Order: sequence, then C-alpha cells, then structure tokens
Amino acid sequence: MAHIHYREFDGPGPGFYAVLGVLGALILIGLAAALYMEHNGHWVTGMSNQIVWGTPHVFAVFLIVAASGALNVASIASVFGRQLYKPLSRLSGLLALTLLAGGLAVLVLDLGRPDRLTVAMTYYNFKSIFAWNIFLYTGFFAVVAVYLWMMMERRMNDYSKPVGMFAFLWRLTLTTGTGSIFGFLVARDAYDTAVMAPMFIIMSFSYGLAIYLLVLMAAMRGSGREFGDVVFGRLRILLGVFVAAVLYFATVYHLTNLYITQRHGIEGFILVHGGQFTTMFWLGQIILGGVVPLAILFSGVGKSRAMVALAAVLVILGGVAQMYVTIIGGQAYPMPLFPGKTIVASSFFDGQIATYTPSLPELALGVGGFALALALAAFALKVLPFLPQSLSDADADPHHESAAKKQAAAA
Amino acid sequence: MSLSRRQFIGIGGAAVAAMAAPGLRLIELANARSPAEAATSLQRWGLLVDISKCHDCDACVTACSTENGWYGHNRPASDPQWIRKVTLKDNQSGYVETLPVMCQHCEEPPCVDVCPTGASFKRADGIVLVDKHICIGCRYCMMACPYKARSFVHEDTTNQKPYAPRGKGTVESCTLCVQRVDAGRIPACVEACNKDGHEAMVFGDLNDKSSEISKRLASAPSTQLRPDLSLNTGVRYQGI
Amino acid sequence: MRRETTILAGAVAVLAAALFTAGAVRAADTADTKTGGIGPTIKIFKGDKCVRPTEDMRRNHMKYILHHRDQTMHEGIRTTQYSLKNCVDCHADPKTNSVLGKDGFCSSCHQFAAVSIDCFSCHSPSPENSGQPQKAAETAPSRLMNLMRLSAENARPRGDYP
Repeated sequence: MAHIHYREFDGPGPGFYAVLGVLGALILIGLAAALYMEHNGHWVTGMSNQIVWGTPHVFAVFLIVAASGALNVASIASVFGRQLYKPLSRLSGLLALTLLAGGLAVLVLDLGRPDRLTVAMTYYNFKSIFAWNIFLYTGFFAVVAVYLWMMMERRMNDYSKPVGMFAFLWRLTLTTGTGSIFGFLVARDAYDTAVMAPMFIIMSFSYGLAIYLLVLMAAMRGSGREFGDVVFGRLRILLGVFVAAVLYFATVYHLTNLYITQRHGIEGFILVHGGQFTTMFWLGQIILGGVVPLAILFSGVGKSRAMVALAAVLVILGGVAQMYVTIIGGQAYPMPLFPGKTIVASSFFDGQIATYTPSLPELALGVGGFALALALAAFALKVLPFLPQSLSDADADPHHESAAKKQAAAA
Repeated sequence: MSLSRRQFIGIGGAAVAAMAAPGLRLIELANARSPAEAATSLQRWGLLVDISKCHDCDACVTACSTENGWYGHNRPASDPQWIRKVTLKDNQSGYVETLPVMCQHCEEPPCVDVCPTGASFKRADGIVLVDKHICIGCRYCMMACPYKARSFVHEDTTNQKPYAPRGKGTVESCTLCVQRVDAGRIPACVEACNKDGHEAMVFGDLNDKSSEISKRLASAPSTQLRPDLSLNTGVRYQGI
Repeated sequence: MRRETTILAGAVAVLAAALFTAGAVRAADTADTKTGGIGPTIKIFKGDKCVRPTEDMRRNHMKYILHHRDQTMHEGIRTTQYSLKNCVDCHADPKTNSVLGKDGFCSSCHQFAAVSIDCFSCHSPSPENSGQPQKAAETAPSRLMNLMRLSAENARPRGDYP
C-alpha cells in the first residue's frame, strides 16, 4: 500500500508572492468598499427597496455553496472509501474552510449593521432558517477543522472515517439550509419551492469541484509536482456528471413552473423577456455554464488540460450567473399582490419590474470575498502540508501499468 | 331661577351627547392601557379600509410621514415607504380603483418567521414591529414579506421623532402608530382620513365584537390581500 | 535569563497601565477643578435629582436603559422612570436642545470614558416638543469615525468647567 507524502507548497517564490499580492490588493479594495457602504449607507449601492439582495449576496451565496461542495472530494475518500481520492482530501477540507470564510465575510460586511455581528451570534429565532444557517456555518468551521486534524495527524487517521461521515451529513444539512433560504419564501414566484434545497446541493457539488480542480491544477503545476491522467481523468468525469445533474435540476424547476399557470409570469420573465436576466440565464447559466462544459468534458477535447481548465472556469462563471438570475431576477419580477388586475400607479414600484445595475462597491466586495478565500488557501498551502507530493499515475493507482513497470524496475 | 326636573334631565342629556359627539372620545380613552401595563392578546388591533370611499388623495401617506418622521431624499428606489397608495385597473373589466397598502400585521407573519435574531416580532396585541436594537439589517424580512411592506433605511437619519426612533442600516415598516395606540389614540393615517371627511379607514379591536371595525366586518364582505397565503392579516379591505 | 526579565518587565508595564486607567476612571467619577480640568462636563439643567441616586446611575444606567427598552419594545410598557426619552427630556441642554455635542450630557461623559454609544443613530437626542430641528452636527457619526475622533480628543486636556 503506497504511502502518501504531503509537502507544503514549494513553488518559485516570486510567482507565489505575486499571486498573493494581487489577491491582497483585491481584498483591500473589497474592505474599502465595505467601509464606504457602511459609512454612507446602502443608497450608494445598486441595491434598493426593490432589489434588497444584490451582487454581494450573489457572490456570498455562491462561495458558501461552493465551500460545501469543495468538501465533496474528501467525503468520497472518507465516507465512500475510494482510495484514489485520499491524497486529495486535505486540500478539499482546506478549500471548504476558506471558501466559506470568504463567503461569510462578504455576507457580514454587507449587513446594514455589521457591528451587530455579536447580536447575530447571541439572539436566535429558531423558526428562521437563517438562524439555523448561522449555526451550521460556524459549526462547519469547527467540524472541518477537526476533520482536517483527523486526516493530518497520523495517530488520528482511524477516526477520519466517522468524522468524515459527520462532516458529510453536516454539509448536506448546511446546503439544504442555504437552498431553503429561498425555497421557504412564499412571497415570490421564483422561490417557494422544495426543489431549491436539492438543487443547491447538486450545484454545490458542481461549483465546489470546479474551484477545487482549478486550485489543485495551479498548486501542482506551480510546485512542479506530477498530476497524472488517472486522477485528472476521474475528476474531469466527475465534474461533467455534476454539470449534467445541475442542468437536470434546472430543467425540472422550470418545467414544473411552466405547468403552473400562476407562474407563467415569472417564467416568461426569466426565459424570454427579462432582458439582462434572460441573457444571464440562457447564455450564462445554460450555455456557457452547462452545455459548453459538458461538450468539453465528455468529448475528445477534454484530453487537453487547458480545455478542461476552461470548462471549470466556465462552470464557475455559469454558477455566478445562476445565482444572479435566482437571487436578483427573482426579486426583480413584481410580486402578485392583486391577481387579475394591473397596477397602474404606485409610489413603491408595485407591479413594475425592478431595475438593477451592479454598482462598483458591490462588485468590489464580492470579488474581495473570492480573493480572501483564495488568499487564505494559498497561505495555508505554503505553511502546512496540504498538497500531496505526487499525483502521478503510478502513485495514484497501484494496479496501473506504469506502477507495474516501476515495481519491475525496482526489483 | 330653579330648573324643573325635566329641564335638568334634558340639559344633562344634551351635555352628555355633546361630549360623546366629537369622535367617540369616551370609548377611546377607556381603551387606553396604563403605561405600566403590558400589551396582551385580549386585544387584536386591526384596520379596515373601505375602498369605495378611497379616492385620489394621499392624506394617509402624508400623515404617516409627518407622525413618524420619515421623508424621502428624492431617491424613489431607496426612499422609506411605510404606506403607499396603489391604483389598480381590472384586466377584464377595466374598472379602476385606488387603495392604501401598508404592513398587513398578519397573524402568521412570514417576516417574523425568517428574522434570524428575532428583531421582527409580533406583539401580543397583534402589532408586527421591528426591534431596531437587535436588527442587523440583513433584509431577509424584506425578501419574505408578501406585501413588500418593509423598507430599509439606506442613509443616515436626522430629525427623528422622539417617540418613533429610526436609524440607518435597520429595516422599518408601518407600526400601526404603536405609540398612539398605547396611549389610547388611533393611527395617524386613520385620523387624517377621517378628518378630511373620507372616512375610508377604521381602526379598532378585532377581538371586541362591539367595536366599530368588528361590526363593519360582520355586516359586509371583506377580503385580505393575498388570502391564498392564509396569513390572517389584521388589515382588511372592503370593495376590491 | 534575559527572556524572564523581558516577561517580568512586560507584566509590570501591563499592571501599571491597568492601575493608571483605573485611577483615571476613579478620578473621572469625582473629577473637579482639583484634578486640573480633566474630566467630562456635567451640566444639570432641570430638577434636583435623577430618577435614581447619582452613584447608582453612574454605574448602572446602561442596565436600566437596556432592560427598559426590551420592556417597551416587546411588551408596550411605557413607564417613564427608565425611558430614554425621559432621560433626554430632562438632560438636554436648552441652548443646543440636545444631549449630544461638545458639552452634551451624554456625549461629554462617553467621550471622556471612550465608550461609544449607539443610541442616537436611531433615537432623537432632542426632547419632545422642543420645536427646534436637529442640527446636522448633532447626529451620531459613524462608529469608525467616532473611534478615530475619540482617541484624538482624549489626548487633549479639557479646560476648567463649573
């Protein structure tokens, strides 16, 4: 049984510090944007009383969903016992932690009263799924930290399976809770559906794996370590399966809504005449985020690493587009306050499709959160042994032909 | 100059009638809770809007903003809104009507269910409020409200009324003029509507079968907004 | 040997700082011209005593205010003894119509003690029926700006006060 070696990231210094520098600059800009929004009030953003959750929330929810999915790789190893994924587990746990940290940072900094974070952590209304999510998110940090400890300390390795199972169940609950933030809302036609929870779970698998794959490729390449086709191929197929599953859930969601006459309004808005939202949906979420990656991953094109990396980037962009359509598009469409009537005049934009343009502070905050997640991951990779020494075919799969050759040569 | 018994009773009756005439103040004062008493569920405050008497005026909106100290900054998308007038046209018949829309003070408020800190809460007597001391400004209640009744304070506030605090970064909505109700008076919008002679709004205790609002609700059909959501709103409309 | 000395020196420094701060706070409590003018400006304009004894209020006014706000908010109890509006009605400076500002009743002590307060971002610092609209300078500044201003102001000694 081959013993897996892990080592800190030891790639060339200048390149690594350049990356950290860029990420650091993005983080500082994000923090400045948050201060600007808090000091002046939210009127300086594109958010309003009609679009109450904007670009920061698109990024925050995306990061939180991806964080849960990033832990998938570790779960496959610990919970489902696939030895091939074992060397990948540590980075998986690390990314889960840092992506969640980035997402929560954006969420907290966008609050109307971010100075009341301690209030949010001490006053709880347990009927609110949001309150449960606060527990689930903070608990996730603890659970994954313990999970990483079990994986990284040799004496505790025997416990990584039960703790891994606990972490797996915890993150399924967490993502269900995140999807239910929208699924539980009766007020708006775009929400109010039970399919939000499983859809978010599948999306977490897809987005988390896409980010994981890109970070793994960059880290292995940056430190000159071998990344064999066996492991790479598995991850490529897995990503393709998850992208297909996300498309399936999107189909079920929209098909069901099309059968409900009450929901024809919102469906027509998203699918046909929603302007920026229709473009985001078809071009962003479906084509670039779904169909094109599928074509790349499951065809001969997928043999090229660069093309697979492109597919992963497209999945991420498609994920952000999907969040934009769900969160902002769902709010832009007016609520059906008076069925059977048209609202001719209202000082509160009743009956009107709300306009929204992402403002610079919002974008800066959202991107800053992404940068924070990546910067924390990069820093951790440098100081602790998260990265496997080698993911070559011989090391990954003992039955692989190159491993047999290696053994014959050694004999 | 001595009065006969008949004259005395006549003058006395006239005096009592004169006292009772201006807006039934006796009944209002009897309803005022003492300041040390907590609100209880024995009362449930409600509002009835008779749309047939509602016309193209916005006295209720002006009265609300004056009473509670909110005002716009020429930024309609993010300006505060506690009550607004909405004009409707029926899709089939083309009939046009106008009505005020505010927080419906539901019995099962979705905004209360979703608030993570419990800042959005329903008082024992049915008034739905925001405890701005613990509101973190997450705006989830605004996502959840089926009537878009809440607004977020997008800028620094000034000139707040001492009895109606409001501040940047928290969410606010119609409070049914809770500071007036607790003192035994009626909401500013209802008072303004009645003062102008329109009398399209009635405020009262839904649990009291002898109150005017209960009698009006019992004697003519009325609806809630979005009744399919089964929220049992405290604000009812007649004539939609 | 050198390491232990450093630790000892550090501990003594921290202890000295703590004692100094405690002494300064005690001095603030009984601040008068004898202390050379360091301390908050406390001007009382109305009434001969507060709703509770002064020493009690100095230590516990926050507790009373916090408890009462929950009662008023959630239960509708509107007694005036611990109501913030009542405090403002009594303690507001008649000239500025506010409890904030340079010598405002609330601001003066809170700036001296460097404890930023949140109340007046929502609550009006002017008494009811004062008739005078709030000046822009009276509104509570943002929390970060407040912190920066507090540290700058506390570096300066204040002049004589009555």
